[in-house]
Amino acid sequence: MAPRIATSAADAVAEIKDGSTVLIGGFGNAGQPMELIDALMECGANELTVVNNNAGQADAGLALLIKERRVKKIICSFPRQSDSWHFDEAYRAGEIELELVPQGNLAERIRAAGAGIGGFFTPTGYGTLLAEGKETRVIDGKGYVLETPINADFALIKALKADTLGNLVYRKTARNFGPIMATAAKQAIVQVDEVVQAGGLDPENVITPGIYVDTVVALGGTK
Amino acid sequence: MSNYSSTEEKLSRDEMAQRVAADIPAGAFVNLGIGQPTNVSNFLTGEQGVTLHTENGMLGMGPVATGEDVDEDLINAGKIPVTELPGASFFHHADSFAMMRGGHLDVCVLGAFQVSGAGDLANWHTGAEGAIPAVGGAMDLAIGAKQTWVMMSLFTKTGESKLVEALSYPVTGLGCVSRIYTEVAIFELLDSKVFVRSSHGLSFEELQAKVPVELIKA
Repeated sequence: MAPRIATSAADAVAEIKDGSTVLIGGFGNAGQPMELIDALMECGANELTVVNNNAGQADAGLALLIKERRVKKIICSFPRQSDSWHFDEAYRAGEIELELVPQGNLAERIRAAGAGIGGFFTPTGYGTLLAEGKETRVIDGKGYVLETPINADFALIKALKADTLGNLVYRKTARNFGPIMATAAKQAIVQVDEVVQAGGLDPENVITPGIYVDTVVALGGTK
Repeated sequence: MSNYSSTEEKLSRDEMAQRVAADIPAGAFVNLGIGQPTNVSNFLTGEQGVTLHTENGMLGMGPVATGEDVDEDLINAGKIPVTELPGASFFHHADSFAMMRGGHLDVCVLGAFQVSGAGDLANWHTGAEGAIPAVGGAMDLAIGAKQTWVMMSLFTKTGESKLVEALSYPVTGLGCVSRIYTEVAIFELLDSKVFVRSSHGLSFEELQAKVPVELIKA
């Protein structure tokens, strides 16, 4: 089914409810769906579990969701940064739960969810604090840790362009988590600069096939 | 025949980076960690034909971007704007870490808090009370590349050796480091033995007196 073309960022995120697990794309500001995050803030959904590489920067986007205590749990690889003060405060106050995951395991757990994989043995993290309590196995003399998929209710993603069938193209390193997050959520919500007619994207260049995409909103580009 | 050499003076940070760069094989795919390792790129020559990987999804990374070249969609793992070289490619995060974990990168250069004689690496967390942990790609980088090299100062501010018998900081990866570049010595780690390839500003004996693991002249 072709994705819903939402009329605004607020319209795009309207179905996100309290207690949802939300994957949010982006690495730093590259690929961060800032308008969708702002709309999530406005829509009032609470008690969220958020999956992102970081835990918000400065006074914008995810950082504000954390500041307002709308995130009960964050699953990320790198929460502590020079400008992660809202997360730092919430964490020190014991008001946000942190699940720290090595970045490659985070990506692979998201990919696994989208690919229907029930778990995988990864060498990353073996013998470290982040493997404590997890099943391990030695395969051909090398140690591995069992990691499980991260399934989600929603994904918020930024791409460069979509067509009316939801096929996506990205731009440079803003691609990062977008393609895998689109596959791992029941509903992938994508903000793009522009929506073109089907046929307007070269199929050879499509990175996320439209089958994964549920909602698209065109917000105009800065470029 | 001994390969060991020595110099009177300590290596400067640039000289360390220069030595690392000179040791990177021609045509290698390389990931340079944040901090001192980033400086290595300044000493790679065009003839070496080295391709730089950044774990946020790019091969063929060029120098830091300035002026009109700054593009917020084109950044490195340290979130600094960079440029792309001819022949660059972009890919998503799972592919980026798969190429790392799958052993497709030849060399990864990282900073460290401590390295053990067996090549165990600590570089992600001091374990200090109240410290907020953050791991990023450190654990993936440590164990992913065919060779993991460390650049660090050999001694802490209080003079303790960071090359240790056993880590006191939390582990990033076990048995993963094969070479350590410091201002006073370059070490090769093989089968839990520590060979000294060169010493700088210290004799081999002076170095051995300051480091709590048995050293062997390379």
